[in-house]
Amino acid sequence: MIITEIKPEEEITKFLEKRVAIIRCIGCKEAYFPWDKVESFVSSSLPELGIQVVLDLSVEYLCNPEYAKVYHEKNKSCIDICDRVLIFSCGVGVQVFSTIVEKIVVAGCNTLYIDGFQGFMPTEYSCAQCGDCILTLTAGICPITQCSKSLLHGPCGGAKNSKCEIDSVLKQGIECGWEKIYQRAKKLNLLHKLKEIKIEKLCDYQKFFTEPKRLNSH
Amino acid sequence: MELTELLKNGKFVITSEIGPPKGWQVQHQLRDAETYLKGLVDAINVTDNQSSVMRLSPLAMCHFLKERGMEPVFQITCRDRNRIALQSDILAAASFGVENLLLLTGDHPLLGDHKDAKPVFDLDSVSLIYAVKKLESGEDLAGNKLEGEPPKFCIGAVVSPCADNIDSQLFKMEKKIKAGAEFFQTQLIFEVEKFAAFMDKVRENFGTDIYILAGITILKSVGMAKYMNENVAGVFVPDNIIEELKKDKERTKSGQTGVEIAARIIKELKPLCHGIHIMPLGWDSKLPEVLKLASLV
Repeated sequence: MIITEIKPEEEITKFLEKRVAIIRCIGCKEAYFPWDKVESFVSSSLPELGIQVVLDLSVEYLCNPEYAKVYHEKNKSCIDICDRVLIFSCGVGVQVFSTIVEKIVVAGCNTLYIDGFQGFMPTEYSCAQCGDCILTLTAGICPITQCSKSLLHGPCGGAKNSKCEIDSVLKQGIECGWEKIYQRAKKLNLLHKLKEIKIEKLCDYQKFFTEPKRLNSH
Repeated sequence: MELTELLKNGKFVITSEIGPPKGWQVQHQLRDAETYLKGLVDAINVTDNQSSVMRLSPLAMCHFLKERGMEPVFQITCRDRNRIALQSDILAAASFGVENLLLLTGDHPLLGDHKDAKPVFDLDSVSLIYAVKKLESGEDLAGNKLEGEPPKFCIGAVVSPCADNIDSQLFKMEKKIKAGAEFFQTQLIFEVEKFAAFMDKVRENFGTDIYILAGITILKSVGMAKYMNENVAGVFVPDNIIEELKKDKERTKSGQTGVEIAARIIKELKPLCHGIHIMPLGWDSKLPEVLKLASLV
């Protein structure tokens, strides 16, 4: 869909355990994908840490739920024996796959803003290209795009019957994003991860919808 | 005196609130505060464009209260200001001698009278508390040194003890405490048992140093109770209270039933918490009677 950069290695490896299934999305060929860096991370860094790569899959358009389901079914036996799924894609790909797999999904990339380039697949998931992806901590559901206030630190208290407070005006059945995050984190036994979002964490608007010509800097 | 001092001294603290006018003339609100609240309550919250309806700045109102010898609690939401403006207004509050802050996320603009306004939410309630602690340490959020002495505040936050999902409320509350919240004012309470269970969890998770002021209002009608049940997050008026309001229409209309219900709930809550926060929603004139009936004056 858009332009991604690989996260600092430590930010990825701290969430991995023994066995990992890797998915690289190379669907949007026009866009930048940090191929070389991902390659060296997978082939050198992971073995050095003793992390076994059970599956290393390159796919197209992970943002398409139908494609994503097929990728999951075809590779289910490999994914099932892994403790983590590591995804190198934009934020939409991570969110879509998170709804399909009952595993802890680790986001390997930060998605950066690129002018006038908004992806091909319309889905109910959105990536705001904030450049500092925390989907790994929020059970694969994005608080920036699923919470009407883009809150980083939990629900605001405005939800009634799990519906966002703006739904009292809009009447579209809009669910509280943080309620979804909390429930999914609880189901996956990930509540401790939610607490890892540090209180001093703020959005960095230098990365978020940033200056044009970002592509050229890569 | 700042609220935390009173709470530490074991005082059962009473706060109430006023909403600034939609206009620049503040005499009416100040007269009400002086007539019905001054001397009876320990501090008066000033709401920040409540329900996202544009009004006079709460900071100005805090200043006027202070001038007239009343103790304000400056409510600040993240809805309308980015991190620069928030810190700037907090410093302004310090310069006016405002000691108490209540830091909130704020309602979405869609709920108010400027639905097309940009929702800011650059910070949220947790990071706003963190920002105030930074200012107290003598630095701004970006790490730049402040000139002169750092400000010092008593930091309050909100929690909703009767919300649908109490666990996610406690999750957020924990973050607010970690960030530096010293006291909490709660959403309106009508279900005392639910509140008691919440207080048990608070003690179990966060110990006894966190002060909780329970939210109270005076019910005006059956319609108001039903409206809140359908529309207000974290508020549920049980059937027995609705029946009580239905029983004698004249007494309910005059406010007597609502006053009695409020006073009874306060009496039941008193052994459980550290104080109450009364939101009179226009019925400021009934507050003295509620406190009298609850044996608090």
